[in-house]
Amino acid sequence: MIGGRGILISSASTIIFFAVIALAVALAPGSSLVAERFFDPYHLNRSLFGTVTTPSVVGAFVLNIKMFLIAEVFILILALVVAIVRGIPGPVFFPFRAVAVGYTDLFRGVPLILVLYIIGFGLPGLGLKFFSSQSEVTYGVVALVLVYSAYVAEVYRAGIDSVHESQTAAARSLGLSRWQAMRFVVLPQAVRRVIPPLLNDFIGLQKDTALISVLGPIEAARAANIYAAEQFNYGSFVIAAFLFIIVTIPLARFTDRLIERDQRRRRAGAAL
Amino acid sequence: MSTAEAIRLEDVYKSFGETQVLRGVSLRVAPHEVVCLIGASGSGKSTLLKCVNLLEPVDAGRILISGQDITSDGVDVNRVRRRIGIVFQAFNLFPHMTVMRNITLGPEKALGTARAAAEAHALELLERFGLSDKANEYPDRLSGGQQQRVAIVRALAMQPEIMLFDEVTSALDPELVAEVLDVIRELAKGGMTMLIATHEMGFARDIADLVCFLDEGVIAESGAPEAIFTEPSHPRTRQFLQRIVDAGRL
Amino acid sequence: MRKLLVLTASLVLLAGCAEEPSNQPSSSGGGGDKDPCAAKSLSTVAKGTLTVGTDRPAFEPWFKGSPKAYSGYEGEVATEVAKRLKLPIKWVVEPFNKAYAPGPKDWDFDINQITITEERERAVDFSDGYFENNQGVLVLEGTPVAEAKSISDLEDYQFGAQVGTTSLAFINSTIQPTAEAKVFDTTNDAVSALKNSQIDALVTDVVTTVYLRDFVVKKSLVLGQYPKTEQFGMVFEEDNPLVECVNGALQKMKSDGTLEKLEQKFLQQYLEVPTLE
Repeated sequence: MIGGRGILISSASTIIFFAVIALAVALAPGSSLVAERFFDPYHLNRSLFGTVTTPSVVGAFVLNIKMFLIAEVFILILALVVAIVRGIPGPVFFPFRAVAVGYTDLFRGVPLILVLYIIGFGLPGLGLKFFSSQSEVTYGVVALVLVYSAYVAEVYRAGIDSVHESQTAAARSLGLSRWQAMRFVVLPQAVRRVIPPLLNDFIGLQKDTALISVLGPIEAARAANIYAAEQFNYGSFVIAAFLFIIVTIPLARFTDRLIERDQRRRRAGAAL
Repeated sequence: MSTAEAIRLEDVYKSFGETQVLRGVSLRVAPHEVVCLIGASGSGKSTLLKCVNLLEPVDAGRILISGQDITSDGVDVNRVRRRIGIVFQAFNLFPHMTVMRNITLGPEKALGTARAAAEAHALELLERFGLSDKANEYPDRLSGGQQQRVAIVRALAMQPEIMLFDEVTSALDPELVAEVLDVIRELAKGGMTMLIATHEMGFARDIADLVCFLDEGVIAESGAPEAIFTEPSHPRTRQFLQRIVDAGRL
Repeated sequence: MRKLLVLTASLVLLAGCAEEPSNQPSSSGGGGDKDPCAAKSLSTVAKGTLTVGTDRPAFEPWFKGSPKAYSGYEGEVATEVAKRLKLPIKWVVEPFNKAYAPGPKDWDFDINQITITEERERAVDFSDGYFENNQGVLVLEGTPVAEAKSISDLEDYQFGAQVGTTSLAFINSTIQPTAEAKVFDTTNDAVSALKNSQIDALVTDVVTTVYLRDFVVKKSLVLGQYPKTEQFGMVFEEDNPLVECVNGALQKMKSDGTLEKLEQKFLQQYLEVPTLE
């Protein structure tokens, strides 16, 4: 009976909560105007598929997807390299560690938009054979990879540090080298532990692909902007937002499952 | 240079920061001998074992394994460790690998054994200790006693000359202690050279050829188990053993 | 139970806040004044002042000088309108994208080289046009595209335009190049792209095109202008009664030659450009 009462109350609470908010929004004096400016089906439809003069938001979104898929692969790799290099002990490796630290500090310090400008407008301006003749999308992906790898490297580092040193001790005691211990024992555990922040950064990356529009290519947010400016209507932005959301949500749920599965295994291995 | 000794420590010193943990430890373990280290917590037993397999570098003194000075410069640390197996109080199994993989990782990657051969050998060892049905489980499915036995198998898979045990039953529930001690007994019967740090006095009395009492960083007294346990000569040894008797553990 | 009541009560209070009267400009004075455009009876956002919005930075030759008192073509057109309404003028900053957001505004009208289109009129009110605009095409000297003689020669080149301008629509509907045009946040970025040869041709309003050729991009030339007969208009919130009054002022400025004088003063040098077919 107590459980039943709890459900009753939580249902009533939920209904009242959302009903009142809906009411407040609907009763607001500007609500019909806002509805027309943001949610008019006529505009939602036209912006989705594009017109003679405006690019389709969905079509442009394909560019965002391509960019974050390509960038993410490179980021996961480059960041891992940087994180590992930072941890190599011994005086001989000092310059490498210093470069890794410097790289991380630099690209976490400079805003992505600046990096985009410097690479996207600066490199072509230099007139160098190979570096100056890439497409804007390439420059955009390079900028995204440079900046995000710096953040993700720190995430990896936190993961590596979180693996108890007794694991390394056990691995080394078997006679495995430092690198073997890292590769087979520490890294697999480290990476599994940092899946939530890795996902966070990946989701951030998905949104930041929109910034590449400063260099000229038309991605989803830019396509939305073009439509909005021509029609004086924001429905296109709602479409673009919707597209970003439907990509993010399944990813988040999938990651929840990965974490759950890993949690179960993490309990053992040490009485610690 | 006698190769008669499996392990030889000569006047080993080890400090952590300001604290001196080992203050001149000397010890000899003959091949096939079982030596038990007893002593209060903090007396340096763990540290001593970790110095033997070079997990901790010594500050002064020498350690020789079968005549080889492993504390000298230019020693291949990884190769030394492959000859010495160590089992820890906290088992330290790799949680992201199955029992089988935990055991075959060392032989495959460090010894270069082919996977099939490594797995066959692993299965043999698991059968010997009654764990073959756990081969494909992850450590989180095993009881503490089972995990520790797997940890022992993992060390044995490397076919070491020497086994080190660092208080391997201290973290176990009492009813699980026996199964682990049985494994160690069996290894002793098989002639494995062993250096065992333990609180289990009855077990030490049973299995040891030599018992060493470690007190404040030195071996205060060492001798045959009967001698140590019934007629300890050093006052500190007597004190220590008295406390154990009072606690009902002897 | 109590918690439920507290929740409901606080949410109802929240809903109550949504009912506050909006700050729509209120029309004053009932039957008295016959002239709704007299300074006294004008319903402006800030009483007794004409508040005008534009973007920042504001570009020449449309805007010149201090943001407190802009001169330049649009600067002075707005100032002149204010004078004729017998109101002092006050300038505020409004990013272009916000100009058409729903709801009440902080300004009476926005002036920013905004083209009047039917579609846009569904969302806002425009004044009458105050300038007839054509599209201009800017290229670098000595490049293959500089040889083009007509619109049809331009198909194979990479075009660029600023976001929010009718130039992109012009590129897509009239030029119809094979490569998708590149769209930039600002004219400055588009100019960088042109200088780096990341685009072959930049399309924007003809006045800005010529200004860029003369002052910003060395060794460039204007291919020509394409007459599209667009009109720039000021943007008002929908159903703002002020539109009538401003239109009245504009009408007088056209008939007594003030508007033309301003055009000659600020824009003439930018309008002498051959026409593209």
